[in-house]
Amino acid sequence: MSRGAWLGALAAALVALPWLAGEFYVNLTSQVLIAAVFAASINLLLGYGGLPTLGHAAYVGIAAYVSAWFFLKLGFGHWLTAPIALAATTLMACLFGLIALRATGLGFLMLTLALSQVLWGTAYRWVSVTDGDNGLRGLTRPAPFGIDLDDSTAFYYFALIVTAVSIWLMARFVASPFGAALRGTRDQPRRMAALGHNVGLIRWVTFVYAGFWGAVSGLLFVYYHKYIHPVSLSLQSSAEGLLAVIAGGSGTLAGPIVGAAIVVILKNYVSAYIERWNMLLGFVFVLIVVFMPEGLVPGLRRWWAAWKARTK
Amino acid sequence: MQFWAIQTLNSLALGGLLFLLSSGFSLIFGLMRIANLTHGALFMIGAYIGASILKVVPNLWLAALLGGLVVAAFGGLVERFILRKLAGNVLGQVLVTLGIAFMIADFCLIVWGGDPIPVPTPSYLQQPLRFAGLAFPTYRLVVIGIAVAVGIGLYFLMERTRLGAMIRAGVDDMQMARAVGIPVSKLFTTVFCLGALLAGAGGIIGGPMLSAYPGLDADMLPLALIVVILGGVGSLVGAFVGSFIIGFVYTFGVALLPDLAYVILFLPMIFVIAFRPRGLFGKFAA
Amino acid sequence: MTITRRKFLQGIGAGVAAAHAPWAAAQSDAIRVGLATVKTGPLASGGLDMERALVMYLRERNNTLAGRKVTLSVADTGGVPAQARTKLQELVEKDRIQVLIGPLDAASALASDDYIRSQQLPTISVAAAEDMTQRKLNPWFVRPTSTSSQCAQPLADYCAKTLKYRRMAVMADDIAYGHEMVAGFQRVFEDAGGKVVQKMFSPLTVPDYATYIAQLKTNVDGLFIGFAGSNGFRYLRQFNEYGLRGKVNVVGGMTALDEAVLRNMGDEALGIITACWYSAELDNPVNRKFAPAFRAEAKYDPGFYAAATYTDAAVLEAALAAVQGKIEDKKSFMAALRKTNVLACRGPVTFDDYGNVVGNVYMRRVERKDGRLVNSVIFTYPAVSQFWTYDPKAFLANPVYSRDWPPAKNLES
Repeated sequence: MSRGAWLGALAAALVALPWLAGEFYVNLTSQVLIAAVFAASINLLLGYGGLPTLGHAAYVGIAAYVSAWFFLKLGFGHWLTAPIALAATTLMACLFGLIALRATGLGFLMLTLALSQVLWGTAYRWVSVTDGDNGLRGLTRPAPFGIDLDDSTAFYYFALIVTAVSIWLMARFVASPFGAALRGTRDQPRRMAALGHNVGLIRWVTFVYAGFWGAVSGLLFVYYHKYIHPVSLSLQSSAEGLLAVIAGGSGTLAGPIVGAAIVVILKNYVSAYIERWNMLLGFVFVLIVVFMPEGLVPGLRRWWAAWKARTK
Repeated sequence: MQFWAIQTLNSLALGGLLFLLSSGFSLIFGLMRIANLTHGALFMIGAYIGASILKVVPNLWLAALLGGLVVAAFGGLVERFILRKLAGNVLGQVLVTLGIAFMIADFCLIVWGGDPIPVPTPSYLQQPLRFAGLAFPTYRLVVIGIAVAVGIGLYFLMERTRLGAMIRAGVDDMQMARAVGIPVSKLFTTVFCLGALLAGAGGIIGGPMLSAYPGLDADMLPLALIVVILGGVGSLVGAFVGSFIIGFVYTFGVALLPDLAYVILFLPMIFVIAFRPRGLFGKFAA
Repeated sequence: MTITRRKFLQGIGAGVAAAHAPWAAAQSDAIRVGLATVKTGPLASGGLDMERALVMYLRERNNTLAGRKVTLSVADTGGVPAQARTKLQELVEKDRIQVLIGPLDAASALASDDYIRSQQLPTISVAAAEDMTQRKLNPWFVRPTSTSSQCAQPLADYCAKTLKYRRMAVMADDIAYGHEMVAGFQRVFEDAGGKVVQKMFSPLTVPDYATYIAQLKTNVDGLFIGFAGSNGFRYLRQFNEYGLRGKVNVVGGMTALDEAVLRNMGDEALGIITACWYSAELDNPVNRKFAPAFRAEAKYDPGFYAAATYTDAAVLEAALAAVQGKIEDKKSFMAALRKTNVLACRGPVTFDDYGNVVGNVYMRRVERKDGRLVNSVIFTYPAVSQFWTYDPKAFLANPVYSRDWPPAKNLES
């Protein structure tokens, strides 16, 4: 089956899901979609930029908290809180990018971790704003064009549309000349600099762009759960996103989506049957990194190609 | 006055414990360029194993040695069979250590349950030391002493033994070390085992102070990271100095500015990486 | 021994198959009960106790309440609020539960609040989040255990009037539960003429209390600790190591020296007074059977969490009996829940107009009995409500108990 056929089948299945499966599975898929946007945004940095980030949950958190705060404390409607949240997060990403990009490789990883830990600690301790460990609740979902998103099917389609648009835009970004330059800085930063590209600027722009999409997934997250808690900013959340990208295959478009599906399903579904699912998550992860280090999607493609070649 | 004196001693004790934790991390990071995110979990499982050994062998020091050896053996297996397969894939090695940390944490939950396990202080050290109107736990003073002793021991290892020379060579210039004929694979395994030994034994020695509880790994790992980045990767002096600096920063920071505790803790690390990536005594940037 | 949900359902299936056929024919559908608990992470030990006690209750009654069979679905929230919500959705949408017992922690309860409302799911809670039975009242929620401050308030009264403390320091985990508990204690203590001269909060997962112990004023009559989980135990150990045992009297909140933690402690805990709505040493007809049975099975005394689900189950059974097992009529069932008047292992249980329990609060002291540490009951405050002796309307007109309210006016630097 060609790629187009695969995509078409997937799209059809996603659109038809509410008729095929019950409410629980629709909700589960909504969560997969939210995680997919998050993973895809990490992938911009990791897969295409060569910059491993362990603090991306910070953007989810800022967007969610800003949206919640403006809604709860100032009574703004969603059509206002959403752009404010996105703008605030993007600004934060600008600032964090300036700091984090002073290093690359492991230093960059540590800096992103440190910055997100600072935010996490602040979310916990700045009780007057974030209500600390209580989290912010009493939130609502937006009602675009008057459609009530409290219904799981309605929300599912909303999330599906947002996810599709996000992924499409990220794909365009990656395929553009800027995306090519980005991949160049991943593979050969010195050569790129010698050719006259501003490597730092390219990386910074990507960082901010990735932060923006992290914010989008953060808004979807807070709309879905109608609740935000500091744990969503924690190292655990960032690590899960990173795991999803690595497991699925960084540097591909489909990889993060597959990885996100794996992590969400393991967390929410398998955990009902296997108590120590954390161990399973770690184990699956170790297996993938060791035997399929390029990730599940490229690895499976490789196996598929090898099998086809053998059976010729 | 009493506050300052006790807090200073607290800082030193915490610093000593951090040194036990981070010396191994620094060595592994420095030589093998692996940020071993399993290190916190090794510390934790060391504490748990020590608590169990103590039920059979009521001598803390012996338990620390035995437990450390068990953790070292485990570390060796991880290095030999998993990390070596990912040679050259630095990111992959870091991520695999993260996955193994998840597994160890859940394993500890299965075997030892969700309650914290107390590690009893040796009875002859249980009474607080009273001097100048202060009372301070004797055991914590002993921990400071142990950290200094281990530091001296490691110093001798690095400066006066062949193994130490090989390690230093590897940290300075891996290519040349290989060219000169140093058996790098065996060296890696040895160093990883040594780091795991220090972490595991550190967990047991820290047991009377912290106990063994689920989440200990997540509490200790960021501290190790901060210390090593601050002090400089691959430098034992850096780990030593960094541990005590962070001990002070944390203890006084929490007491004087509790709301900003997390910010205070991570700020040094952010500054270091952003403006002096080598850290205080490091040989190269993280 | 941990019980996976699969195994449990298989057990139920076998039990039903082998059970009394005439009964099975009488009621066609089983009542589906859900338990939201924590089985992974630091809160796991309490969560496992919750499951164990609930399973025990059902097993003692052949998994039959009010004449109908009962199936139990257990979900692990991990103590993570977003996961709690997802798990709750799973319980409701996949397992179609009709009543929920739990969740364990306050944050998970708060995260699930709106879902419980929209699904109209009768919930018998364990979590202590105060506002769910106060200012942000959830009509589908009853709580037979306690709000955060419900046991701290009588303890403050006891400290002021019986122990005659005048100056106290308070310390708790820096989470909502800790804030609410300390606030309640402070208010009652100061209204009774005492002064709270120091207030400290430590992060929930701090490894070492050394720095807090160093700051503690030693010229106080007593220290109130409001820790959760294992923190109370860790704090006390370090407290003793710094030579403070005997210098400063310690009293504790309802989770500080819970039986689950007490079993790992030693002589350092002797003599400490805590206040809770339960003690394994309680002498009432229900507990005289429950505590030894639990101890025989688990090899340790039941504490807060085990007693919580055992009490929740008693409330469930009483309400089911009142509606003749017709749980499908949600409104009547909910009304019956709120009107419950039952004797459980904690003593008599009734509810106030807000869905929170009115019950006994016991002052307990740690003593050694039969070679193990127990919380002996030394005094009982009967029929304590979440508002203590304050008028509910006036109480609710004030802001919710928090880190800053009521303001601490007597702090000394």
